Amino acid sequence: MTSRIRSLTRLKAIREAGLGYLWILPALAVFGVFVFFPLLKAIWLGFFETPPFPNLPAHFVGLSQYASTLSSEIFLHSLWRTVLFVIFTVPIGIVLGIALATLAHQRLAGIRVFRTIFSSTVATSTAVASVIFFTLLDPQVGLFSYWLGQRGGTGILANPTLALPAVSVVTIWQNIGFTFILMSAALQSVPDDLLEAARIDGASNWFRFRTVTLPLLSPTVFFASIVGIIGSFQAFGQIDLLTQGGPNNHTLVLIYYIYQAAYTDSNYGLAAVLSIALFAILLVLTLAQFWFFERRVFYVGT
Amino acid sequence: MSARETLQERSAAAGGIGDSDSGGMAGGGSNGSSGGSSGGATGKGGMGGRRSGAAYGRGHNRSRNRVRRPMTMGARYLLLAVLAIVIGFPIYITVVNSLLTSRQIAARPPVLFPVHPLWGDFAAAFSQAHLGIYLRNSAIVTILIVIAELVTSVLAGYAFAFLKFPFRRLLFMACIATMMVPMEATIVPNRQTIVALGWFNSFPALIVPFIASGVGIFLFRQAFLGVPRDLRDAARLDGYGHWHFLTRIVIPLNRPLIAAFALYSFMSAWNQYLWPLIVTDTNSVRTVQIGLKQLEGVGLNHFNLIFAGTLLAALPIFLLLIVFQRQLVRGLSAGALKG
Repeated sequence: MTSRIRSLTRLKAIREAGLGYLWILPALAVFGVFVFFPLLKAIWLGFFETPPFPNLPAHFVGLSQYASTLSSEIFLHSLWRTVLFVIFTVPIGIVLGIALATLAHQRLAGIRVFRTIFSSTVATSTAVASVIFFTLLDPQVGLFSYWLGQRGGTGILANPTLALPAVSVVTIWQNIGFTFILMSAALQSVPDDLLEAARIDGASNWFRFRTVTLPLLSPTVFFASIVGIIGSFQAFGQIDLLTQGGPNNHTLVLIYYIYQAAYTDSNYGLAAVLSIALFAILLVLTLAQFWFFERRVFYVGT
Repeated sequence: MSARETLQERSAAAGGIGDSDSGGMAGGGSNGSSGGSSGGATGKGGMGGRRSGAAYGRGHNRSRNRVRRPMTMGARYLLLAVLAIVIGFPIYITVVNSLLTSRQIAARPPVLFPVHPLWGDFAAAFSQAHLGIYLRNSAIVTILIVIAELVTSVLAGYAFAFLKFPFRRLLFMACIATMMVPMEATIVPNRQTIVALGWFNSFPALIVPFIASGVGIFLFRQAFLGVPRDLRDAARLDGYGHWHFLTRIVIPLNRPLIAAFALYSFMSAWNQYLWPLIVTDTNSVRTVQIGLKQLEGVGLNHFNLIFAGTLLAALPIFLLLIVFQRQLVRGLSAGALKG
C-alpha cells in the first residue's frame, strides 16, 4: 500500500519534472543557439587571424590577436570616441530629463500638453530620429544647417569637430522622452507633505529641490545612468545613418568598428576580439545594474 | 498616479471654464512650435489657470494652496514653451515637411506651416519607396516576436516558479545570465549561424533569435512567485492541473505585467536596426527601419518622401503609446533592464 503511494508520488514528480523541462525548452533552445554558443564561438574566433585573401585558411594565433588588437591605436581611439559619446549623451540627457520632469510636475493649466510633447520622442526609433536629423542637418536643404549658418559645403556631419556632438544631440533628443517619463514617475513618488513641510520652514524652491527631491530621486538617477551608459555603448543606428564612423574615424564607436571589421573588411577574427571586448565592458555595467536592481527591489519591499 | 492625473485634468478643465484666458493658453501651448510670439500669451493664460486651479482646490480641500507670484508663473510657462518648441520641433517639422513639395521644403525662408497640405507624399512613399512592403514585413516580424516571446517567457516563468525539476536553479541562472550577453557582442557568429541554416534573407532570421527573453522569464517568475500559495492549493483541490492553473488563474492575475512586457517587446522588436541590417539585403524581407536607410539615399528631389516615410515608420508606436500610456512606464523601466 505505502509502496504504491510512494511510486505514485514518484510518478507525479517525474511528470512534473517532465512538464518543467518541456516548458523551459523553447527558451533554452533559443538561448543555446543564439546566446551561449555564439558567445563561446566569438571567443574561439578571436584565436584565429583572418587571412588577407578570402580563400586562404584562417590560422591559429592564440591570444596574440587579443593582445595586439586591444593595444592597437585604432582600438584605443575607438574606445575613447565611445567613452566621449557616453560623456556627451548620458549626463546631459539625465540633467535635462530631471529639469523637464520637475517643470512638468507643477500643477498648471494645460500641463498635459507639455507632458505629451516632452515624452513624445519615446515613440521614435533610433532610425526615425536619425533620419529626421539627417534631413535637418543636410548641407543643402537642412533647416538646422540653414539656421546655424552651415549652409553649403560638406555640412555639420562631415565636420570632424562637430560630427560626434551632432550624433550625441540626436541621441539625447531620442532618449529624452524615456528619461522624462522615468523621472516624472520618480517625482510622483516624492511625498508632497515633505516638500510642504520644507516650504513652511521657509526653504526656497532650489533648496527644497536640492535637499528633498534630489536625494529621493537618486536611485532613479543611478538607474537611468547605468541604462544610459549601456545604451550608448550599444548605439549603432545613429552612427550608421548619420556618419558611418566618419569623418576620418571621428565617430568610430566600438560597435561601429565591429560592424566595419566584420562586414566591410570581412575580418572576422578582429571583429570577434572587438566583440569580446564590448561584451566584457557591458558585463561590468550590467552587473552594476543588477546590483542596483537588487537594492531597489529591497527598498520597495520594505 | 492616475488619481493625481485626473485631479490635474479636472483643475485644468476648471481653468478652461472659469477663465477664457486659459483656454487661449492651451491653444498657444499646443501649436507653440509654430512661432515665437506665443510666450507672452502663455504667461497670461498661466495666471488664469492658477487662479481657477486654486479656486477648485479650496472647494475640494485638496489643494496644496501654493501661492506663487504672477511673474514666476509667466516665466514658468515661457520656459515650458521654449523647451516644448525645442523638443517638439523635429517631429513638428517632419509632419509639416511631409505635407509639402520638395521645392517648398528647400525654400528659404523656410515654410513652417503647410498652407496647402499635400497628402500625395504618403501615397508616393508607398508606391515609390516600397514602404508598404517594409511596413508589412515589420508588422509580421514584430507580431510574431511578441506572441512567441510572451509564450516562451510565461511558460518558462511558470516552470521556474511552480514546477520542481532537477537543476532548476542552475537553469534559471542560465536564463538570467543571457541578459548580460548583448546581441551586439554576438553578431558575427550569429550571422554565420543564420547563413548556415539557410535563413539569410528570410523571416526566421529576423524572428527566431528573439523569441526568448531573459528579462521576460525573470519578470514573470518573480511575479508568479507572488501568487498566493492558497490559490494554488485551492486550484489543486478543484482538480486544476498546471495548464489550467496557468491559463485561468496565474495569467489573468498578472495581466497588467504581461501587457507591459508585450508593449516593451513590441517597441524593441519594431525598432530593431543592427540585426535586420546584417541578415537581410533584399526589399522583400527588409523591415521599415532598414527601409529608412534605403530612403536616406533617395536624394534631394525626393526629400518629401523621406519625411512621409519617417512618419509612417513611427506611426504604429505612436498609436500604441496613445492606447497603452499606462503600461509604458512599467514596460520601459522593466525593459530597460536589458539596456
